Amino acid sequence: MGFLRGVLRSTLPFLIGIPILLVLQAVLDEAGRQDLSLIAIFAAINVVLAVSLNVVNGFTGQFSLGHAGFMAVGAYTAAKITLAFRGSQMLGLPEDLSGQVVFFLALLAAMFNAAIAGFLVGMPSLRLRGDYLAIVTLGFGEIIRSVIENLKTLGASTGLSGLPRLTSVTWAGVGALATVIMARRLAVSTQGRALFAIREDEVAAEAMGVDTTGYKVRAFVISAAFAGLAGGLVVHVLQLSTPRSFTFIRSIEVVVMVTLGGLGSITGSIVAAVGLTVGLELLREVQQYRMVVYAFLLIALMLLRPQGLFGTREIWDLSLFRRFPWKKLGVATTPGPAGVAPTEAGEGEPGGPP
Amino acid sequence: MSEPALDLSHVTMRFGGLRALVDFSLSLYPGELVGMIGPNGAGKTTAFNAVTGVYAPTEGEVKVAGERVNGLRPHAICTRGVARTFQNIRLFRQLTALDNVRVACHAGAQSGFVDSLFLTRNHRAEEQRILERGEEYLKVMGLAHRRDELARNLPYGEQRRLEIARALATGPKVLCLDEPAAGMNAAEKIELMALIRSVRDRFGLAVLLIEHDMRVAMGVSERMIVLDHGLTIAKGRPEAIRKDPKVIEAYLGDAYLEEKHIAVPVGGPGAST
Repeated sequence: MGFLRGVLRSTLPFLIGIPILLVLQAVLDEAGRQDLSLIAIFAAINVVLAVSLNVVNGFTGQFSLGHAGFMAVGAYTAAKITLAFRGSQMLGLPEDLSGQVVFFLALLAAMFNAAIAGFLVGMPSLRLRGDYLAIVTLGFGEIIRSVIENLKTLGASTGLSGLPRLTSVTWAGVGALATVIMARRLAVSTQGRALFAIREDEVAAEAMGVDTTGYKVRAFVISAAFAGLAGGLVVHVLQLSTPRSFTFIRSIEVVVMVTLGGLGSITGSIVAAVGLTVGLELLREVQQYRMVVYAFLLIALMLLRPQGLFGTREIWDLSLFRRFPWKKLGVATTPGPAGVAPTEAGEGEPGGPP
Repeated sequence: MSEPALDLSHVTMRFGGLRALVDFSLSLYPGELVGMIGPNGAGKTTAFNAVTGVYAPTEGEVKVAGERVNGLRPHAICTRGVARTFQNIRLFRQLTALDNVRVACHAGAQSGFVDSLFLTRNHRAEEQRILERGEEYLKVMGLAHRRDELARNLPYGEQRRLEIARALATGPKVLCLDEPAAGMNAAEKIELMALIRSVRDRFGLAVLLIEHDMRVAMGVSERMIVLDHGLTIAKGRPEAIRKDPKVIEAYLGDAYLEEKHIAVPVGGPGAST
């Protein structure tokens, strides 16, 4: 009984979220709006990327530029698995359902492998700080990509094509939901506070009993796992996995999203990720000048609001939104004075238990 | 008294050719309050850093409650029962007062990342325990009303107190305070020292205190140790220290001694300013 309640508590957001996503998907399909579905999928994948990078760059205050590398690891892992099981039926399930099960397992494997890659990269490089760490992670990201480019089994520079189109609005949405819940639960837990402490003052954190190296590596591993998830999702939309999708430009895009939204702010990352995806989609002609747009956005940001849209705060901490009944939604926990991070333990998840 | 909470024997710290601390020995028993004084650059903070694991001692041995901790990383020494504050305040500025203290409660946490991500019962029990402890230590240091205030927004004296609350929250046997009263006026200093004493009594701590101001240090310490140029020049009760010519010289320099017509030792260390 207690166990069941525990399972329910930890999965409640999904139990609420998945039906909503299924309905949304059905509505979009019914209306025949493939274009809208695609935008929603890419927005959700970008949420996964931005929020997971925020765990390292925002929560822990380390500067990683290697997110695309971990994405690539996840992408190729998932692609290999779905290709291998293509057309086969597992457990005597109908082909459709079997494909979904395979996809689920493929995504888990993608997360696992990306996590391992994160661990291997994180162990040696997290002794470095700031710019040095950025350079090393950038280097590792590029190494991962060039290794793939030279591996025949992974299709070398042409990549793997003919992947089934498995990523639906629901899958991408569940991925985003999982990432946000992970980040949020981390932020209100003692482990999350240890990460914040590292960001604020590494020497003091260490002196207060926080194993700073260990925690940095763990943050890195978790972040990499979700980058792997995003990789697995993205190649099953494009139906193609090439090294070109995972250049360091991709990492920069994610960094831009996180910085725009505010380092350390989960809602900020979500808003920035969705905003940038939708915004660039609306301005199709601008697509090829994307990097120029990013550059201008960042310059404007640094001049007008150096701490990012929300700073380290969440949307419910902003005065503009404070009157909204967040508490009734079970989201915000301290409606108190300005800039106070939610503090109540374990009760702050979006859609969490009342 | 059984075994010392903190035991340093013949600790030497060398940085290249510089000997910042030479043959430093000190036994600190539970419930004791020992003051460490000395002019600038005497090696007080170096001694602290050798105890708390910022540096591994070049020579000698550091023991916490009988266990050798040489070369352990600071977080490991912290979980073995040594907590510290910093000379220049190092709070987690963007976190609330409560969260500052709760970070310190993390030492020895039983739950892990998996517990937190899946909200296990373990996790909830841990969070509840940490919340209660965090609030208790805030109350002890008279900061309960600042619970949700960001650390950087607190007034200076309260930031100093919050640092002590944070150090206490790690559950130490030994509390090392690096100039806790720096920058305070006389009245605030007296108040803080009384607070430190009451905290010491309440938690049965051994307190090692660096204090620049001789008068404050004398007033609060039961035993003192005086450093100059890395050397231990005097040890003992405050009354004895006060009269020790070596201490007077180290602090006030040759000029003072000459003025008072006391012989200046030939070739002794120069006047420190």
